[in-house]
Amino acid sequence: MHDSQSTTGPATTMEHEAHNPALRHHFADAQQQKNAASLGMWLFLVTEIMFFGGMFCAYLVYRLAHFNAFAAGSQQLNIWMGATNTAVLIVSSVTVVLAVKAAEAGKRKVLVGYLVVTVLLGMTFLVIKGFEYREKFEKHHVPGPTFNFTDKFDDNGKQIPVNPKEAELFFSLYFAMTGMHALHMIIGCGLFTVLAVLAWKGHYNPGYFTPIENAGLYWHLVDIIWIYLFPLLYLISRHS
Amino acid sequence: MSEHEEHTTHSQGFYLAIGIGLLVLTATTVGAAFVNLGPFNPIIALLIATIKATLVVLFFMHVKGASEKLTGAVVVSGFFFLAILLSLSLADYLTRSWR
Repeated sequence: MHDSQSTTGPATTMEHEAHNPALRHHFADAQQQKNAASLGMWLFLVTEIMFFGGMFCAYLVYRLAHFNAFAAGSQQLNIWMGATNTAVLIVSSVTVVLAVKAAEAGKRKVLVGYLVVTVLLGMTFLVIKGFEYREKFEKHHVPGPTFNFTDKFDDNGKQIPVNPKEAELFFSLYFAMTGMHALHMIIGCGLFTVLAVLAWKGHYNPGYFTPIENAGLYWHLVDIIWIYLFPLLYLISRHS
Repeated sequence: MSEHEEHTTHSQGFYLAIGIGLLVLTATTVGAAFVNLGPFNPIIALLIATIKATLVVLFFMHVKGASEKLTGAVVVSGFFFLAILLSLSLADYLTRSWR
């Protein structure tokens, strides 16, 4: 890696940066290049926040309009699978952050190990999500011609009938939001698989591991979206 | 430069502590959902979710240690526009019943 290829510029002051092959010539130094990449990644994440924000907004408006149906729908979701998935994602966020730390320290095998564990945890999440979706199909809670919802909203022992059309709205939002989130998880798993292979081949060193950091930022954002999806979808009126 | 790089990551124990904190908050939010707190149930749930999200943003995504002020401004502006989206939409839908 540290061959004769030199990128020395007038603003380059430190020896290891002068010989860093990952440093592009239009950046003054490695730190500036890293800051630029990080800024670009954050701009992308902001568009993601707005994208999911639209769905959260739709959810809020309909929940306020049809609270009983949303509560009855929420009570049909599997809270334990949802909670387990929350825990799985939190642990995967920890392994991602430890992967970034390993990359910074130049520990190649530790880095690959954490990346692989992250992918496995992501897949665990998707498998649990798959079992949840199967349950929805079995109970005919998937919006469409076969949708069937006869459950009542249990308001402290008082059984209030629910309009199935309103419950269908809840499950439409449930599938749109968790489906979009699952798609992001699938992309994240693919991303980390590629990064694990590249890390194994020695593409990253303490002077250059920006892709690991930025993929980590993406993964944490997907984690944060789930942190909000879990209480909003699974925890409506559970006390009754 | 190296000073910045040293500050971007924390110790392994610190990350594990934040992770355990997030798991404890998850257990708390599930537990709180089964207690009847009236109108405070969704408020508590969203409050805990926001605490968790803040922990992730500050310590896992390293916004706290970021050297670029511009990155911080982009992050804040993102949540600012999300707040505009949600608050103006709700200002409409929540004030329709008086008609």
